[in-house]
Amino acid sequence: MAIWVIASLTWRELVRRKLVLALLALTGIVIGVTGWGFSRVPSLHLAGHPLTQGEIHTAAAQLLLLVMFMFSFVLALTCAFLAAPAVAGELESGVAQSLLSRPLRRRDLLLGRWLGLSLPIAIYTAVSVALEFALVDWTTGYWPRLAIASGAALLVEGLILLTFTLALSTRISAITAGVISVIAFGTMWLGGVAGAFGQVFHNAAITNVGVATHFLLPTDGLWHAAVYAMEPSSFAGEASRGLGSTFASATGPTVAYLVWVAVWMVVVLGLALWSFEYREA
Amino acid sequence: MAEGVVEFPVADEDLLNSEASALPDSPAIYVSQLTKTYGQTPALSGLSMSVPRGEVFGFLGPNGAGKTTLVKMLLGLARPTSGESMVLGSPAGSLDARRQVGYLPELFRYQGWLTAREVLALHCRLAQLERSAWPDAIRGALATVGLAYRADDRVSGFSKGMQQRLGLGVALLGSPQLVLLDEPTSALDPVGRHDVREIVRRLRDQGVAVFLNSHLLSEVEQVCDRAAVVDHGRVIATGRLAELLGRPQVRVRCTGLGAEARGELSTFGKILDDEGWLTVSAIDPSRVPDLIAAIVAAGGRIYAVDPGQQTLEERFLQLIGDS
Repeated sequence: MAIWVIASLTWRELVRRKLVLALLALTGIVIGVTGWGFSRVPSLHLAGHPLTQGEIHTAAAQLLLLVMFMFSFVLALTCAFLAAPAVAGELESGVAQSLLSRPLRRRDLLLGRWLGLSLPIAIYTAVSVALEFALVDWTTGYWPRLAIASGAALLVEGLILLTFTLALSTRISAITAGVISVIAFGTMWLGGVAGAFGQVFHNAAITNVGVATHFLLPTDGLWHAAVYAMEPSSFAGEASRGLGSTFASATGPTVAYLVWVAVWMVVVLGLALWSFEYREA
Repeated sequence: MAEGVVEFPVADEDLLNSEASALPDSPAIYVSQLTKTYGQTPALSGLSMSVPRGEVFGFLGPNGAGKTTLVKMLLGLARPTSGESMVLGSPAGSLDARRQVGYLPELFRYQGWLTAREVLALHCRLAQLERSAWPDAIRGALATVGLAYRADDRVSGFSKGMQQRLGLGVALLGSPQLVLLDEPTSALDPVGRHDVREIVRRLRDQGVAVFLNSHLLSEVEQVCDRAAVVDHGRVIATGRLAELLGRPQVRVRCTGLGAEARGELSTFGKILDDEGWLTVSAIDPSRVPDLIAAIVAAGGRIYAVDPGQQTLEERFLQLIGDS
């Protein structure tokens, strides 16, 4: 099947270009450094007294959210950098001409690329998140209350940006698609911060900015879904009293929101297919 | 045939016959009133032509004439603004058409992180060849383009000429019925160009149609059966190469001919006197000895006889200048 031919070609490219090696090495370094950090938490003292188990969990949860926020940022950038040249780069270089002159449907080429990038991203996310959670549990005893859901939310956040960038890549240059994608990701995060700010000050207009950004490009919405799944229930309680932030979420995502995310993904992928179908090579 | 096109009856009759026939005998390429506009800029302006199966067809034109645009449309890489185009009896760009076509792009780029053998294997797979046929197809392609000794080296380490050879090998995979070569020797040395000519001749011997898009006129002159000259997005001349080049001429360097004697020689063809060289154009080659005898009989002294024909370059420049 042509989709698998292109997907396997994409995997081979990621291996040959040493991306997999780089991700493995960097993940190992990050796990090592954060592992050392988490291992120090139980031996910390507060006002001359060793931390209680509850305080260790709170500290571990805060640190974990910080580490995972960094991971979500790295994941988003990785997705943007991988997807930006996936179509545009081959159109610009001329590689696409030789591929598309074969009896290969354009939709197979694009879906193969999407699959070829999504699967390694999924494996990378699963491995990184599982290792980090296991490390935190081993060193501090803290385990996120919805571990699998948090990993899934982080993965979908990455796939959302990957799909968005791939759609841009069918029409504009690789460098421009990448830059737009990263700026959009940052803007959505800022929108989320603004929304939390609006909640604190009970300002409906500013709050709505946050809500709108969660729907427009649901990366920050998914980050908050991941936060809700990773944080202890005490954080959710504080957030529900209007103290929500990048690192605390009062509620988990609604079913309607998850449906919207799925619809968003299908629609944007559909737009990418339509756009590529009519793009001249 | 569009207005203003230099027409050659024998070629066109052949083409009309092939257009009217059943699908298997349909032309390798049939294009009718094809137009393509990029914004306000026309790339093709009602281009019409036909390429028979099993022949080598040269497609000539100055830069920006629309040559590569047409090739891309034949493969579905670009969409026409209007008009009709068929490849081997199927709509241009369709999967059926692409199954039977090999293509060497002008901008030949292949995955640098793959080896030459892997690039060919990828195209075997995309061309839907039986897996059991891959080894022979890959070995044959590598041997044909002279890359067998670099088969397992990564393409990123190849020179431009070697990458173009690889592109040619890719185009030959899967027993195509039509091979589209877009400037196939642009990166090759004289040995490589000779090899390409041999490959093109071999393809013709196997009954494969070759569409040679090139601005190297000497190359086209050496291998093509037919050619079309395109300018400003339309065909301005097409036909068998011999017809396109015009009838033979002979140049005679001679002295001692009076005006009356020169006038009598006009029965052999159109006479042009140029600094001691007498050019007789449109002469029947079998009458050259008679011409020489007539000059001698009229008292002329002959120093050189140069039978020849207008070169493709001369004819090309003439056509482009007239268009």
